Amino acid sequence: MSTAQTSADQFEQLAMPLFDSLYNFAHWLTGTREEAEELVQETYLKALKGFSGFEQGTNFRAWIFRILRNAFLTSRTGLKAMPTVPFDVADEETVTAAVSEETPESLLLRRASQDAIQAALEQLPVIFREVVLLCDVEDMSYEEISQTVGVPIGTVMSRLHRARRALRQLLQEKVHGSCQ
Amino acid sequence: MTTDIWRSKVERYIDAELSDEDMRAMSEHLRECASCSSDALQQLQWKRAIRIAGQRYGPAAEFRRRINHQISPQTRLAWYWKPAFALAAVAVILVAGWFAYSTSQGRSQQLCSELVDIHVADLAASTPVEVVSSDRHTVKPWFQGKVPFTFDLPELENSPFTLAGGRLAYLNHEPGSELIYDVRRHHISVFIFRDTPELARSFSSKDVSRDVLKFYIESWSAHGLRYFVLGDANPTDIQQLAALLKQAGNG
Repeated sequence: MSTAQTSADQFEQLAMPLFDSLYNFAHWLTGTREEAEELVQETYLKALKGFSGFEQGTNFRAWIFRILRNAFLTSRTGLKAMPTVPFDVADEETVTAAVSEETPESLLLRRASQDAIQAALEQLPVIFREVVLLCDVEDMSYEEISQTVGVPIGTVMSRLHRARRALRQLLQEKVHGSCQ
Repeated sequence: MTTDIWRSKVERYIDAELSDEDMRAMSEHLRECASCSSDALQQLQWKRAIRIAGQRYGPAAEFRRRINHQISPQTRLAWYWKPAFALAAVAVILVAGWFAYSTSQGRSQQLCSELVDIHVADLAASTPVEVVSSDRHTVKPWFQGKVPFTFDLPELENSPFTLAGGRLAYLNHEPGSELIYDVRRHHISVFIFRDTPELARSFSSKDVSRDVLKFYIESWSAHGLRYFVLGDANPTDIQQLAALLKQAGNG
Protein backbone atom coordinates (compact mmCIF):
# COMPACT_ATOMS: atom_id res chain seq x y z
CA MET A 1 0.00 0.00 0.00
CA SER A 2 1.37 3.40 -0.91
CA THR A 3 2.12 6.13 1.59
CA ALA A 4 -0.46 8.36 -0.09
CA GLN A 5 -3.17 5.77 0.36
CA THR A 6 -2.21 5.10 3.97
CA SER A 7 -2.40 8.81 4.68
CA ALA A 8 -5.77 9.11 2.94
CA ASP A 9 -7.09 6.12 4.88
CA GLN A 10 -5.91 7.61 8.13
CA PHE A 11 -7.46 10.96 7.33
CA GLU A 12 -10.79 9.37 6.50
CA GLN A 13 -10.75 7.39 9.75
CA LEU A 14 -10.06 10.50 11.78
CA ALA A 15 -12.19 13.01 9.92
CA MET A 16 -15.42 11.26 9.04
CA PRO A 17 -16.52 10.55 12.65
CA LEU A 18 -16.44 14.32 13.18
CA PHE A 19 -18.61 15.05 10.17
CA ASP A 20 -21.87 15.60 12.07
CA SER A 21 -20.18 17.78 14.70
CA LEU A 22 -18.40 19.87 12.11
CA TYR A 23 -21.57 20.35 10.14
CA ASN A 24 -23.57 21.32 13.23
CA PHE A 25 -20.89 23.79 14.28
CA ALA A 26 -20.65 25.20 10.75
CA HIS A 27 -24.42 25.67 10.59
CA TRP A 28 -24.42 27.49 13.91
CA LEU A 29 -21.70 29.79 12.64
CA THR A 30 -23.08 30.50 9.19
CA GLY A 31 -26.80 30.25 9.79
CA THR A 32 -27.71 28.58 6.52
CA ARG A 33 -27.49 25.07 5.15
CA GLU A 34 -25.86 26.17 1.91
CA GLU A 35 -23.11 28.11 3.60
CA ALA A 36 -22.60 25.39 6.19
CA GLU A 37 -22.13 22.81 3.43
CA GLU A 38 -19.67 25.06 1.63
CA LEU A 39 -17.77 25.62 4.84
CA VAL A 40 -17.61 21.94 5.73
CA GLN A 41 -16.56 21.01 2.23
CA GLU A 42 -13.84 23.64 2.26
CA THR A 43 -12.74 22.40 5.67
CA TYR A 44 -12.43 18.80 4.55
CA LEU A 45 -10.54 19.69 1.41
CA LYS A 46 -8.17 21.99 3.25
CA ALA A 47 -7.66 19.47 6.02
CA LEU A 48 -6.98 16.67 3.55
CA LYS A 49 -4.54 18.83 1.67
CA GLY A 50 -2.76 19.85 4.83
CA PHE A 51 -2.95 16.50 6.56
CA SER A 52 0.72 15.81 5.93
CA GLY A 53 1.42 18.83 8.13
CA PHE A 54 -0.74 17.52 10.97
CA GLU A 55 1.46 16.44 13.82
CA GLN A 56 0.55 12.88 14.73
CA GLY A 57 -0.35 12.42 18.36
CA THR A 58 -1.73 15.95 18.72
CA ASN A 59 -5.41 16.78 18.86
CA PHE A 60 -6.99 16.11 15.49
CA ARG A 61 -10.42 17.34 16.56
CA ALA A 62 -9.07 20.73 17.65
CA TRP A 63 -6.99 20.86 14.47
CA ILE A 64 -9.88 20.31 12.06
CA PHE A 65 -12.28 22.52 14.04
CA ARG A 66 -9.67 25.24 13.87
CA ILE A 67 -9.47 24.84 10.09
CA LEU A 68 -13.25 25.17 9.91
CA ARG A 69 -13.25 28.23 12.15
CA ASN A 70 -10.48 29.92 10.17
CA ALA A 71 -12.28 29.18 6.94
CA PHE A 72 -15.42 30.70 8.43
CA LEU A 73 -13.55 33.83 9.53
CA THR A 74 -12.36 34.46 6.00
CA SER A 75 -15.81 33.84 4.51
CA ARG A 76 -18.20 36.68 3.73
CA THR A 77 -20.49 35.72 6.61
CA GLY A 78 -17.56 35.36 8.97
CA LEU A 79 -16.10 38.71 8.07
CA LYS A 80 -19.48 40.30 8.66
CA ALA A 81 -20.06 38.50 11.94
CA MET A 82 -16.77 39.09 13.69
CA PRO A 83 -16.61 42.90 13.75
CA THR A 84 -19.99 42.98 15.46
CA VAL A 85 -18.36 41.61 18.61
CA PRO A 86 -18.54 44.44 21.12
CA PHE A 87 -15.29 43.78 22.89
CA ASP A 88 -12.24 41.63 22.73
CA VAL A 89 -10.59 39.31 25.08
CA ALA A 90 -7.61 41.04 26.60
CA ASP A 91 -9.53 43.26 28.92
CA GLU A 92 -12.40 40.94 29.59
CA GLU A 93 -13.34 40.53 33.15
CA THR A 94 -11.83 37.58 34.89
CA VAL A 95 -13.86 34.60 35.77
CA THR A 96 -15.93 35.49 38.71
CA ALA A 97 -18.39 33.72 40.83
CA ALA A 98 -21.22 32.12 38.99
CA VAL A 99 -24.11 34.45 38.68
CA SER A 100 -26.58 33.93 41.39
CA GLU A 101 -28.73 36.94 40.74
CA GLU A 102 -30.34 35.21 37.78
CA THR A 103 -32.57 33.14 39.91
CA PRO A 104 -34.59 31.08 40.02
CA GLU A 105 -32.62 29.33 37.26
CA SER A 106 -34.43 26.07 37.49
CA LEU A 107 -37.69 27.86 36.93
CA LEU A 108 -36.26 29.71 33.97
CA LEU A 109 -34.98 26.52 32.41
CA ARG A 110 -38.30 24.78 32.95
CA ARG A 111 -40.11 27.60 31.23
CA ALA A 112 -37.65 27.98 28.40
CA SER A 113 -38.33 25.81 25.44
CA GLN A 114 -35.59 24.31 23.33
CA ASP A 115 -36.52 26.78 20.57
CA ALA A 116 -35.99 29.66 22.99
CA ILE A 117 -32.54 28.39 23.94
CA GLN A 118 -31.67 27.99 20.29
CA ALA A 119 -32.90 31.47 19.53
CA ALA A 120 -30.81 32.83 22.38
CA LEU A 121 -27.76 30.96 21.10
CA GLU A 122 -28.32 32.48 17.68
CA GLN A 123 -28.34 35.91 19.20
CA LEU A 124 -24.98 35.48 20.88
CA PRO A 125 -22.06 37.10 19.10
CA VAL A 126 -20.01 34.53 17.23
CA ILE A 127 -16.99 34.58 19.58
CA PHE A 128 -19.25 33.67 22.50
CA ARG A 129 -21.50 31.30 20.60
CA GLU A 130 -18.53 29.27 19.40
CA VAL A 131 -17.00 28.69 22.84
CA VAL A 132 -20.34 27.63 24.30
CA LEU A 133 -20.93 25.23 21.44
CA LEU A 134 -17.41 23.82 21.60
CA CYS A 135 -17.59 23.37 25.37
CA ASP A 136 -21.18 22.27 25.97
CA VAL A 137 -22.11 20.61 22.69
CA GLU A 138 -18.75 19.27 21.53
CA ASP A 139 -17.51 18.55 25.04
CA MET A 140 -14.15 20.10 24.30
CA SER A 141 -11.77 20.87 27.12
CA TYR A 142 -10.63 24.43 27.66
CA GLU A 143 -7.30 23.40 26.20
CA GLU A 144 -8.95 22.10 23.03
CA ILE A 145 -11.07 25.22 22.73
CA SER A 146 -7.96 27.31 23.21
CA GLN A 147 -6.28 25.45 20.33
CA THR A 148 -9.35 25.69 18.14
CA VAL A 149 -10.07 29.33 18.69
CA GLY A 150 -6.45 30.34 19.04
CA VAL A 151 -6.70 32.22 22.32
CA PRO A 152 -5.24 31.53 25.77
CA ILE A 153 -7.12 29.28 28.17
CA GLY A 154 -7.88 32.22 30.44
CA THR A 155 -9.64 33.94 27.58
CA VAL A 156 -11.60 30.79 26.85
CA MET A 157 -12.79 30.69 30.46
CA SER A 158 -13.67 34.35 30.38
CA ARG A 159 -15.60 34.10 27.14
CA LEU A 160 -17.37 31.01 28.30
CA HIS A 161 -18.47 32.61 31.49
CA ARG A 162 -19.70 35.74 29.77
CA ALA A 163 -21.40 33.75 27.06
CA ARG A 164 -23.34 31.69 29.60
CA ARG A 165 -24.35 34.76 31.51
CA ALA A 166 -25.49 36.48 28.32
CA LEU A 167 -27.45 33.38 27.38
CA ARG A 168 -29.28 33.42 30.69
CA GLN A 169 -30.09 37.07 30.27
CA LEU A 170 -31.35 36.58 26.74
CA LEU A 171 -33.43 33.66 27.84
CA GLN A 172 -34.81 35.53 30.77
CA GLU A 173 -35.92 38.31 28.45
CA LYS A 174 -37.56 35.82 26.16
CA VAL A 175 -39.31 33.91 28.90
CA HIS A 176 -40.44 36.99 30.76
CA GLY A 177 -41.46 38.61 27.48
CA SER A 178 -43.59 35.64 26.54
CA CYS A 179 -45.14 35.52 30.03
CA GLN A 180 -46.23 39.14 29.95
CA MET B 1 -11.66 28.58 51.70
CA THR B 2 -14.48 31.10 51.48
CA THR B 3 -17.75 30.45 49.70
CA ASP B 4 -16.81 32.95 46.98
CA ILE B 5 -13.66 31.01 46.19
CA TRP B 6 -15.64 27.78 46.01
CA ARG B 7 -18.22 29.44 43.79
CA SER B 8 -15.55 30.70 41.46
CA LYS B 9 -14.63 27.09 40.86
CA VAL B 10 -18.12 25.73 40.23
CA GLU B 11 -18.13 26.50 36.54
CA ARG B 12 -14.78 24.75 35.99
CA TYR B 13 -16.02 21.88 38.17
CA ILE B 14 -19.06 21.46 35.92
CA ASP B 15 -16.77 21.61 32.88
CA ALA B 16 -14.45 19.05 34.55
CA GLU B 17 -11.57 21.46 34.26
CA LEU B 18 -10.30 21.39 37.82
CA SER B 19 -7.29 19.36 38.82
CA ASP B 20 -8.00 15.94 40.30
CA GLU B 21 -7.28 17.27 43.74
CA ASP B 22 -9.60 20.26 43.30
CA MET B 23 -12.31 18.04 41.84
CA ARG B 24 -12.24 15.84 44.92
CA ALA B 25 -12.21 18.84 47.23
CA MET B 26 -15.11 20.43 45.39
CA SER B 27 -17.12 17.23 45.51
CA GLU B 28 -16.66 17.13 49.28
CA HIS B 29 -17.59 20.80 49.58
CA LEU B 30 -20.75 20.35 47.54
CA ARG B 31 -21.92 17.65 49.94
CA GLU B 32 -21.70 20.16 52.75
CA CYS B 33 -22.65 23.48 51.09
CA ALA B 34 -26.28 23.76 50.00
CA SER B 35 -25.70 27.08 48.25
CA CYS B 36 -22.78 25.87 46.12
CA SER B 37 -24.56 22.59 45.55
CA SER B 38 -27.63 24.43 44.22
CA ASP B 39 -25.42 26.61 42.05
CA ALA B 40 -23.60 23.59 40.63
CA LEU B 41 -26.89 21.83 39.93
CA GLN B 42 -28.27 24.83 38.09
CA GLN B 43 -25.13 25.20 35.98
CA LEU B 44 -25.22 21.53 35.19
CA GLN B 45 -28.84 21.85 34.08
CA TRP B 46 -27.86 24.79 31.86
CA LYS B 47 -25.03 22.86 30.36
CA ARG B 48 -27.33 19.95 29.56
CA ALA B 49 -29.99 22.24 28.11
CA ILE B 50 -27.44 23.94 25.87
CA ARG B 51 -26.03 20.60 24.82
CA ILE B 52 -29.46 19.41 23.71
CA ALA B 53 -30.41 22.68 22.04
CA GLY B 54 -27.01 22.99 20.42
CA GLN B 55 -27.30 19.67 18.62
CA ARG B 56 -29.65 21.25 16.18
CA TYR B 57 -28.38 20.74 12.66
CA GLY B 58 -27.69 17.54 10.80
CA PRO B 59 -26.04 17.17 7.41
CA ALA B 60 -28.06 15.91 4.45
CA ALA B 61 -27.33 12.35 3.40
CA GLU B 62 -26.40 13.51 -0.08
CA PHE B 63 -23.91 15.98 1.33
CA ARG B 64 -22.36 13.29 3.49
CA ARG B 65 -22.01 11.04 0.43
CA ARG B 66 -20.41 13.86 -1.52
CA ILE B 67 -17.79 14.57 1.13
CA ASN B 68 -17.19 10.89 1.66
CA HIS B 69 -16.64 10.48 -2.04
CA GLN B 70 -14.27 13.44 -2.18
CA ILE B 71 -12.00 12.21 0.56
CA SER B 72 -12.36 8.49 -0.05
CA PRO B 73 -8.93 6.92 -0.56
CA GLN B 74 -10.34 4.86 -3.42
CA THR B 75 -11.52 7.96 -5.25
CA ARG B 76 -8.36 9.79 -4.43
CA LEU B 77 -6.31 6.79 -5.41
CA ALA B 78 -7.96 6.86 -8.80
CA TRP B 79 -6.86 10.48 -9.16
CA TYR B 80 -3.47 9.67 -7.69
CA TRP B 81 -2.95 6.99 -10.28
CA LYS B 82 -4.64 8.86 -13.09
CA PRO B 83 -1.36 10.08 -14.63
CA ALA B 84 -0.01 6.55 -14.37
CA PHE B 85 -3.14 5.17 -16.05
CA ALA B 86 -2.83 7.80 -18.75
CA LEU B 87 0.81 6.90 -19.32
CA ALA B 88 -0.06 3.22 -19.37
CA ALA B 89 -2.84 3.91 -21.88
CA VAL B 90 -0.46 5.88 -24.07
CA ALA B 91 2.07 3.06 -23.81
CA VAL B 92 -0.58 0.50 -24.78
CA ILE B 93 -1.64 2.63 -27.73
CA LEU B 94 1.97 3.07 -28.81
CA VAL B 95 2.69 -0.63 -28.48
CA ALA B 96 -0.53 -1.51 -30.29
CA GLY B 97 0.27 1.04 -32.96
CA TRP B 98 3.80 -0.25 -33.31
CA PHE B 99 2.49 -3.82 -33.40
CA ALA B 100 -0.10 -2.92 -36.05
CA TYR B 101 2.54 -1.02 -37.99
CA SER B 102 5.09 -3.79 -37.73
CA THR B 103 2.45 -6.39 -38.60
CA SER B 104 1.39 -4.33 -41.57
CA GLN B 105 5.01 -3.83 -42.60
CA GLY B 106 5.69 -7.51 -42.23
CA ARG B 107 2.60 -8.44 -44.18
CA SER B 108 3.28 -5.99 -47.01
CA GLN B 109 6.88 -7.20 -47.14
CA GLN B 110 5.62 -10.75 -47.41
CA LEU B 111 3.20 -9.84 -50.19
CA CYS B 112 5.90 -8.01 -52.09
CA SER B 113 8.13 -11.04 -51.76
CA GLU B 114 5.34 -13.23 -53.11
CA LEU B 115 4.91 -10.90 -56.07
CA VAL B 116 8.65 -10.97 -56.74
CA ASP B 117 8.49 -14.76 -56.65
CA ILE B 118 5.62 -14.75 -59.14
CA HIS B 119 7.50 -12.29 -61.33
CA VAL B 120 10.67 -14.39 -61.32
CA ALA B 121 8.81 -17.66 -61.73
CA ASP B 122 6.79 -16.33 -64.65
CA LEU B 123 9.85 -15.01 -66.42
CA ALA B 124 11.56 -18.34 -65.92
CA ALA B 125 8.56 -20.20 -67.32
CA SER B 126 8.57 -21.43 -70.87
CA THR B 127 5.55 -19.21 -71.54
CA PRO B 128 5.95 -16.09 -69.45
CA VAL B 129 2.65 -14.70 -70.71
CA GLU B 130 -0.67 -16.29 -71.56
CA VAL B 131 -1.69 -13.59 -73.93
CA VAL B 132 1.11 -12.46 -76.17
CA SER B 133 0.56 -9.06 -77.67
CA SER B 134 1.99 -5.61 -77.64
CA ASP B 135 -1.43 -4.18 -78.30
CA ARG B 136 -3.16 -3.07 -75.18
CA HIS B 137 -6.51 -3.45 -76.96
CA THR B 138 -5.77 -7.11 -77.29
CA VAL B 139 -4.30 -7.76 -73.90
CA LYS B 140 -6.91 -5.94 -71.85
CA PRO B 141 -9.93 -7.79 -73.31
CA TRP B 142 -8.19 -11.10 -72.64
CA PHE B 143 -8.79 -10.58 -68.93
CA GLN B 144 -12.53 -10.15 -69.34
CA GLY B 145 -14.30 -12.84 -67.33
CA LYS B 146 -11.03 -13.89 -65.75
CA VAL B 147 -10.69 -11.12 -63.21
CA PRO B 148 -13.54 -9.40 -61.35
CA PHE B 149 -12.54 -5.91 -62.44
CA THR B 150 -11.33 -3.95 -65.42
CA PHE B 151 -8.54 -1.45 -65.90
CA ASP B 152 -7.00 0.91 -68.38
CA LEU B 153 -3.59 0.50 -69.90
CA PRO B 154 -1.43 3.40 -71.08
CA GLU B 155 -0.53 4.38 -74.56
CA LEU B 156 3.18 3.58 -74.85
CA GLU B 157 4.12 5.55 -77.90
CA ASN B 158 7.08 7.84 -77.27
CA SER B 159 8.02 5.77 -74.22
CA PRO B 160 10.79 3.19 -73.77
CA PHE B 161 8.26 0.55 -72.73
CA THR B 162 6.84 -2.28 -74.74
CA LEU B 163 3.90 -4.40 -73.72
CA ALA B 164 4.87 -8.07 -73.94
CA GLY B 165 1.57 -9.61 -72.91
CA GLY B 166 -0.33 -10.68 -69.86
CA ARG B 167 -1.35 -13.59 -67.65
CA LEU B 168 -3.43 -14.36 -64.63
CA ALA B 169 -1.88 -14.09 -61.21
CA TYR B 170 -3.14 -14.95 -57.78
CA LEU B 171 -2.46 -13.17 -54.53
CA ASN B 172 -4.24 -14.03 -51.31
CA HIS B 173 -6.43 -16.41 -53.32
CA GLU B 174 -7.63 -13.43 -55.35
CA PRO B 175 -7.26 -13.45 -59.12
CA GLY B 176 -5.48 -10.50 -60.66
CA SER B 177 -3.87 -9.33 -63.83
CA GLU B 178 -0.19 -9.52 -64.53
CA LEU B 179 1.12 -7.47 -67.43
CA ILE B 180 4.68 -7.81 -68.67
CA TYR B 181 6.45 -4.80 -70.05
CA ASP B 182 9.91 -4.65 -71.50
CA VAL B 183 12.21 -1.74 -71.15
CA ARG B 184 15.52 -2.15 -72.87
CA ARG B 185 16.57 -5.67 -71.80
CA HIS B 186 14.60 -5.68 -68.55
CA HIS B 187 11.20 -7.14 -67.82
CA ILE B 188 8.78 -5.37 -65.62
CA SER B 189 5.66 -6.95 -64.15
CA VAL B 190 2.57 -4.92 -63.48
CA PHE B 191 0.15 -6.63 -61.10
CA ILE B 192 -3.38 -5.36 -60.66
CA PHE B 193 -5.62 -6.75 -57.91
CA ARG B 194 -8.79 -5.67 -56.19
CA ASP B 195 -7.78 -3.57 -53.22
CA THR B 196 -9.27 -5.97 -50.68
CA PRO B 197 -9.37 -5.02 -46.98
CA GLU B 198 -6.48 -7.33 -46.34
CA LEU B 199 -4.40 -5.65 -49.00
CA ALA B 200 -5.45 -2.25 -47.71
CA ARG B 201 -4.33 -3.25 -44.21
CA SER B 202 -1.04 -4.57 -45.50
CA PHE B 203 -0.33 -1.41 -47.44
CA SER B 204 -1.60 1.23 -45.05
CA SER B 205 -0.25 4.07 -47.15
CA LYS B 206 -1.61 4.65 -50.58
CA ASP B 207 1.73 4.77 -52.35
CA VAL B 208 4.55 2.42 -51.46
CA SER B 209 8.07 2.11 -52.81
CA ARG B 210 10.05 -0.87 -51.81
CA ASP B 211 13.19 -2.72 -52.57
CA VAL B 212 12.96 -6.52 -52.29
CA LEU B 213 16.04 -8.56 -53.16
CA LYS B 214 17.14 -5.69 -55.37
CA PHE B 215 13.83 -5.74 -57.21
CA TYR B 216 12.32 -2.30 -57.12
CA ILE B 217 8.58 -2.09 -56.44
CA GLU B 218 6.16 0.76 -56.82
CA SER B 219 2.65 0.26 -55.49
CA TRP B 220 -0.42 2.40 -55.24
CA SER B 221 -4.14 2.20 -54.86
CA ALA B 222 -6.68 3.84 -57.14
CA HIS B 223 -10.36 3.28 -57.88
CA GLY B 224 -10.54 0.20 -55.70
CA LEU B 225 -7.55 -1.44 -57.36
CA ARG B 226 -4.07 -2.04 -56.00
CA TYR B 227 -1.24 -1.77 -58.52
CA PHE B 228 2.25 -3.17 -58.21
CA VAL B 229 5.00 -2.41 -60.68
CA LEU B 230 8.16 -4.37 -60.04
CA GLY B 231 11.27 -5.50 -61.79
CA ASP B 232 15.02 -5.39 -61.84
CA ALA B 233 15.00 -2.32 -64.09
CA ASN B 234 16.19 1.07 -63.03
CA PRO B 235 13.87 2.52 -60.35
CA THR B 236 13.42 5.54 -62.61
CA ASP B 237 12.04 3.31 -65.35
CA ILE B 238 9.69 1.65 -62.91
CA GLN B 239 8.54 4.99 -61.59
CA GLN B 240 8.01 6.22 -65.14
CA LEU B 241 5.90 3.18 -66.07
CA ALA B 242 3.99 3.61 -62.83
CA ALA B 243 3.30 7.21 -63.75
CA LEU B 244 1.98 6.15 -67.15
CA LEU B 245 -0.28 3.56 -65.58
CA LYS B 246 -1.58 6.05 -63.03
CA GLN B 247 -2.27 8.50 -65.78
CA ALA B 248 -4.16 5.88 -67.76
CA GLY B 249 -6.07 4.80 -64.69
CA ASN B 250 -7.16 8.33 -63.93
CA GLY B 251 -8.07 9.06 -67.51
